[in-house]
Amino acid sequence: MKKKFLKVAVATMLIASMFTFAACGGSDNGDGGNGDAETIKIGAFGPLSGEVAAYGTAMTDSAKLAVEEINAAGGIDGKQIELFVYDTKADKAEAVNIYNRLRDQDEVVAIIGGTISGETLAVKELAIADNMPMLTPTATSADVTIGAPSIFRACFLDPYQGSAAAAFSVETLGAETVAVLYNSDDAYSEGIAEAYKAAVEAEGLEVVYYDAYTSEVRDFNTYLTQIQSAAPDIIFLPDYYNRIGLIATQMKDLGMEQIAVGVDGWDSVEIDYAEQVEGFFFVNHFAKDDPDPIVQNFIAAFQDAFDREPNALGALGYDAAYILAEAIKNAGSTDAQAIIDALADIEYTGVTGPIRFDDEGDAANKNIAIIKIVDGKHVLEEKISAK
Amino acid sequence: MLFIQQMINGLQIGSIYAVIALGYTMVYGIIKLINFAHGEVMMMGAYFAFLAATAGMPIWAVFLISMVGSAVMGMVIERVAYKPLREAPRISALITAIGMSLFLQNLALVVFKADPKVMPRIIPSNPIMIGSLQISNITIITFIISVVFMILLTLFISKTKPGKAMRAVSEDKEAATLMGINANSTITLTFAIGSALASLGGILYALAYTQVAPTMGVLPGLKAFVAAVLGGIGIIPGAMIGGFILGFVETLAKAYISGRWADAIVFGILILVLSVKPTGILGKNVREKV
Repeated sequence: MKKKFLKVAVATMLIASMFTFAACGGSDNGDGGNGDAETIKIGAFGPLSGEVAAYGTAMTDSAKLAVEEINAAGGIDGKQIELFVYDTKADKAEAVNIYNRLRDQDEVVAIIGGTISGETLAVKELAIADNMPMLTPTATSADVTIGAPSIFRACFLDPYQGSAAAAFSVETLGAETVAVLYNSDDAYSEGIAEAYKAAVEAEGLEVVYYDAYTSEVRDFNTYLTQIQSAAPDIIFLPDYYNRIGLIATQMKDLGMEQIAVGVDGWDSVEIDYAEQVEGFFFVNHFAKDDPDPIVQNFIAAFQDAFDREPNALGALGYDAAYILAEAIKNAGSTDAQAIIDALADIEYTGVTGPIRFDDEGDAANKNIAIIKIVDGKHVLEEKISAK
Repeated sequence: MLFIQQMINGLQIGSIYAVIALGYTMVYGIIKLINFAHGEVMMMGAYFAFLAATAGMPIWAVFLISMVGSAVMGMVIERVAYKPLREAPRISALITAIGMSLFLQNLALVVFKADPKVMPRIIPSNPIMIGSLQISNITIITFIISVVFMILLTLFISKTKPGKAMRAVSEDKEAATLMGINANSTITLTFAIGSALASLGGILYALAYTQVAPTMGVLPGLKAFVAAVLGGIGIIPGAMIGGFILGFVETLAKAYISGRWADAIVFGILILVLSVKPTGILGKNVREKV
């Protein structure tokens, strides 16, 4: 009897682990090709599947687009760029595996990534230890670049967008009371909620409701009922688009009429939930209806290549690829320290505005756009330009 | 007033937990197996409903296809994964159940991909005012559908012949077999009904919360398990009571303590029940045979 039980237990574990590994091993090596020595190898990673798949695909597709453009224009001093793209599924452990693979197997000279803060923080210590030049287009968590000389960031930071959203709530929307509902499992959501709360309270506003849910929650009725009875002027929801879709749907089901204000994680919410988020506002990296030719050229090129509209993460991925290429060109070599030094000195104007890095490696004084969702489209409501 | 509104929210999620817990408890009652794949059957049921709804089928067909599909799946799971182990030690069956759960989750991941799909709104949203209470019609529909199916199940088990056979098998399989009851087909029927109820929970869950994803069954499955234990595992009315209590506790914890604590409190209840009255609210303490 005992033997039989052991056999069954071992077999079960083997089968279970087989499936787990099978599910993890599906990374595809997008532009891999044959690695000849005359190419400059760059890695990129992000969630290409899973809850926030729209981010990773937008970021890496745009990076691919930029690399194709650079290669078509002659590459970097005649050398073509070879881009290695992997899917993290928004999983921290997977991000570490991918980082190791990019470094050891693909032998990349620099990395564009990660896409979301969690996966970027997961590889942060490794990138510091290896002195790997890494430029994250889209990880907004403040921690990403702190004490990390080889890591740079092309987007604005969470406290910055939290206070921009707060200023907009107070000045443009004229709110006097606000409710804040955030995700306590996510450093991104929590960090912005804190920054927003501090900023609106400094303006003398009353935060009438402040609570958090966890990632597994699908039923937001309870929170929304509490918020409804607190009757705030606006509701601030710092989270990613899939969950915002859920919350907005349940707001409408409960008949709530408040306007919600959000953050860059909302980008793409209009794909599945246009009706529910109609008239809501969010802070973003660029506006699709910005008449600036650099913006419109990027949108046209992206639409041409992928037959869909780009989002803000795409714009940042595109900028990041150009910045990295320019840094490698300026460095005149693929030596890690030379690339890092060149990145620190870069001056570049991209789709998301002028970008240069401060001492911490963060993009200083970024443009910030406030988007209103009208008829399922992004409309630029306000633009705060870099000084 | 706010409290009443919150109780209505609790009623909605509680009735979903109760429906899922019914299947858990039926399967446990008949073969003493904690079917950890139950939450995944619920998830599969939600996907079946999603496929039917996106194909533009009418609402009754969405329910029918999903529930029949899940019933068939439940029977196949029983035949493939549990029947061969029926005489094996109970721990083996438990491990198989966990394996089955992982298998179904990964199967859904391969077939449907990890990104959550948006469930079409086959019931248009339309908040209803009752006095100063504002209630979503989805809440009311969820509650009515689940209560109707609970009544149907109770009638089926107490009045019909196959229902009586189920009760007999759960009491004593060998004796029931000696009395001419086909234990195997009764167990298969139990799995079919239990899985259909799980998929009903999945449809209601997807309708209320609009998303379908491969991991969506994990937490409701665990909570339905807690509900079944709370009410007394193996006891049908116990699962319903447990499901509703769990819905209320979770809602009140979210509303009046903090959202971050809600799940901890729910699973705290499980620990409390197991240490104070392991047989659950309606469970009888079994006398030790001397």
